[in-house]
Amino acid sequence: MNLDNEAKGSEDSLEQRETAGLSQGQIVLRRFVRHRAAMISLFVLVFIILFVFTAGGLALGNTENPIRIMGWWQWDFTDLPPLQGVMGEPTLDIIPEFIDGTGMQIGEHPFGQDSIGQDYFSLVIRGAQQSITVMFIIGAVAAFLGTVMGAISGFFGKWIDQLIMRFVDLIITIPTLIIGAVIGIQIGNLGVFFLALFLGLVSWTGLSRLVRGEFLTLREREFVDAARVAGASNLRIIFKHILPNAIGVVIVSVTLLMSGAILLETALSYLGFGVVAPDTSLGALISANQDAFTVYPWLFWWPGLFIVTIALCINFIGDGLRDAFDPRQKRRISRKDRTEARALKKQS
Amino acid sequence: MSQGNEPVLKVSGYNVEFWVDGVWYPAAIDMNYEVAAGEVLAIVGESGSGKSSSQMGLMSLLASNARVTGSVKVRGNEMVGVPINQVRKFRGREVAYIFQEPMTALNPVYTIGFQIVEALKNHYTISNKEAKKRAIELLALVEIPSPEKSFDKYPHQLSGGQRQRAMIAQSLSCDPGLLIADEPTTALDVTVQAEILDLMRNLKDKLNSAVVLITHDMGVVADLADRILVMKDGYTVEQGTSDQIFNNPQHPYTQALLASVPKLGSTAVRAVTIQRTEAVLSLRDVEITYPKRGRVPAFTAASGVSFDIYPGEILGLVGESGSGKTTVGRAAIGLLPISKGSINLVGKDISNASQRQLREVRQHTGIVFQDPGSSLNPRLPIGESIGEPLLLAGKAKGDDLNKMVEDLLDSVELPRSYRNRYPHELSGGQRQRVGIARALSLRPDLLIADEPTSALDVSVQARFLDLLLELQDELKFACLFISHDLAVVDMLAHRIAVMERGKLVEIGDRDQILKNPQEEYTKKLISAVPVPDPAEQKLRRLARKG
Repeated sequence: MNLDNEAKGSEDSLEQRETAGLSQGQIVLRRFVRHRAAMISLFVLVFIILFVFTAGGLALGNTENPIRIMGWWQWDFTDLPPLQGVMGEPTLDIIPEFIDGTGMQIGEHPFGQDSIGQDYFSLVIRGAQQSITVMFIIGAVAAFLGTVMGAISGFFGKWIDQLIMRFVDLIITIPTLIIGAVIGIQIGNLGVFFLALFLGLVSWTGLSRLVRGEFLTLREREFVDAARVAGASNLRIIFKHILPNAIGVVIVSVTLLMSGAILLETALSYLGFGVVAPDTSLGALISANQDAFTVYPWLFWWPGLFIVTIALCINFIGDGLRDAFDPRQKRRISRKDRTEARALKKQS
Repeated sequence: MSQGNEPVLKVSGYNVEFWVDGVWYPAAIDMNYEVAAGEVLAIVGESGSGKSSSQMGLMSLLASNARVTGSVKVRGNEMVGVPINQVRKFRGREVAYIFQEPMTALNPVYTIGFQIVEALKNHYTISNKEAKKRAIELLALVEIPSPEKSFDKYPHQLSGGQRQRAMIAQSLSCDPGLLIADEPTTALDVTVQAEILDLMRNLKDKLNSAVVLITHDMGVVADLADRILVMKDGYTVEQGTSDQIFNNPQHPYTQALLASVPKLGSTAVRAVTIQRTEAVLSLRDVEITYPKRGRVPAFTAASGVSFDIYPGEILGLVGESGSGKTTVGRAAIGLLPISKGSINLVGKDISNASQRQLREVRQHTGIVFQDPGSSLNPRLPIGESIGEPLLLAGKAKGDDLNKMVEDLLDSVELPRSYRNRYPHELSGGQRQRVGIARALSLRPDLLIADEPTSALDVSVQARFLDLLLELQDELKFACLFISHDLAVVDMLAHRIAVMERGKLVEIGDRDQILKNPQEEYTKKLISAVPVPDPAEQKLRRLARKG
């Protein structure tokens, strides 16, 4: 009797679960969590961010008199320890003792030292901090502005569209590098955070054009009229109805923008307007050490590894988000499932 | 008819299959038929039954994942299993195709004359001058007005009917023995459709060619076909002469198909008493103008439109494409601004209403759109689409909303588990049910239905219309039903309004309009509707020629 009831209860809940209404957001989240590559990338990215910010420590407040939170790594990127070994090669060893003799160890300078003896691990960590900051701030500011401006422009049209698009034309005609240089001179002493913020303020234009184009076609679709009849406000139509349909364009464009941000920051640093020595960034490290590639290859490889990993993670997360928003994307059937299905069919 | 000789097309043991995801899906299974010169074979069936694929496969015109087996003989020459250049010799010359949508089948950047000349020069060695002369002859043959002038026209400069004529002229350029017409009149208005059907009949008699007509419209079949082949899911369910199929169908599917075709004047008057006191919707001298855009001048889509709809009444609004029916429907709930006159919706004047006022009034209205694929947000699960009006009107939230969405799904006979599905996972008929559920979620006083069945198959349409009638009986809403199909309007409406070029030409009770139309245009419209009965269709044809 009791068992019967229980079984019935679980059946009910199963049915309820199936018919429980899920909002768009819940379904998107569920689909994103199922996307394996995106979830792994998300974990890797979060790990890298935690790793570099805890290892290198943080400097908050103004540049002259910062409040420093010390990291767990023994060297600071400004320290100048004596050169170890022949030319400061990496001490990190991941090959165990019974193969090469020296054994697994981290050592004094796991990533080696550069030509004047600075600890390269702390330099790379510092560089990664700066590059991640630049990338995310530019990405976030540009994605927000580009989407909102493009959406408003495409949805309302008429004089609003004219105004925004002529302003976009104006910004596009001035090369970002020159704007960056001017900003760099003006606010260079405020640090990388403000530099990224201002670069973000000028790099949303391309995205806004794409979003506007999508909105121009989507706003003529009947489901927009249907939503209007249902009593939806303009804001709701823009963000709930049209934007999810344009999300593919936004995500692809933003991931490209974020990868591009690293390069933009490198170019500015190379010209001396971005991150200024002794401070450093991943791009600055690579451009400073590209001549040393044949002699000190690790000076090139370590920052490169970080750039590639971060960029790949962002691309995979972008893929996952796009697939999660697009209902037409089906989960791929694995080869194992397929062979099983075929075997079943043969039997029958 | 000359049936003694060898048939133009002989198909036996013919299969078409598609390779999808590692499995061969059949589109046509074991088809056997033949068509003689001067004979019309109609292939009918619902969408997805394989009628188009089977005919495209005859001349190896299918995508590369298709496989064709069996035997297809055109004047005794085998077409299956021979090299493609062997088949190509017969394309255009012996076998010509007419497609559904002439705007997409004709190349928009060339004049129609050029396209006909091109077809001629592909198959014959003739001079440009001769080719042009022949092309003009062909255009005259298909009764295009002033063929010399039309020779230099681009497809967009011709009307839909003329484009279809040009398309037919092109396919006739090499005197083909076999003409395959794939839904040749589906994209056309009834009056134009009647003209094209007449043209095709004349041409067939004149040129003595065999015709395979693919269509889902039983009226067109009754008008033209000598023999009929009924397809379902790739199988040939029944084959016979037109008379046999229409008057004595053997297979249950054929019977069901014929039963679901709405027939003009076959439904009894539904006994309802409508209180004509206070109108739900009333239009007075409404004019709607699309404003000037760049070099495109302003266009008046409707003018001087006045009518009332009372509670519980269904008003059918009919007219040909471009007559302004949809425009009026949209203006009636404030989706389009009006330039003159006044609209009164549920007791409020919405002629110059603000967005806020409109939102309030719209809680009492619902709309079902023509294309359910486009009117449902593809990124929104349908449960959320249905619940949106309730949520936005502040009627329900959370668990209450869930419950109400479930009730709505029940009322349109969709399983509750569908609520988390996306629109593309549903069939056309199911999507349109979702559209209805959304439109009725607020229990509106007025429902606007804008050609809700034009994208549906006849059997799905019949079920949908039954559902709509049931819901109307239960909820007693007033309805403006916009349609180009008089038979459908006949089934539903209490009163009918007829529009022509932006003007309301006639309005009256259903029987008065259908049985005793006063205006010339209404008469023309009614007589052009093909009736799914060969004998009666013949009488109507003669009467039309009068």
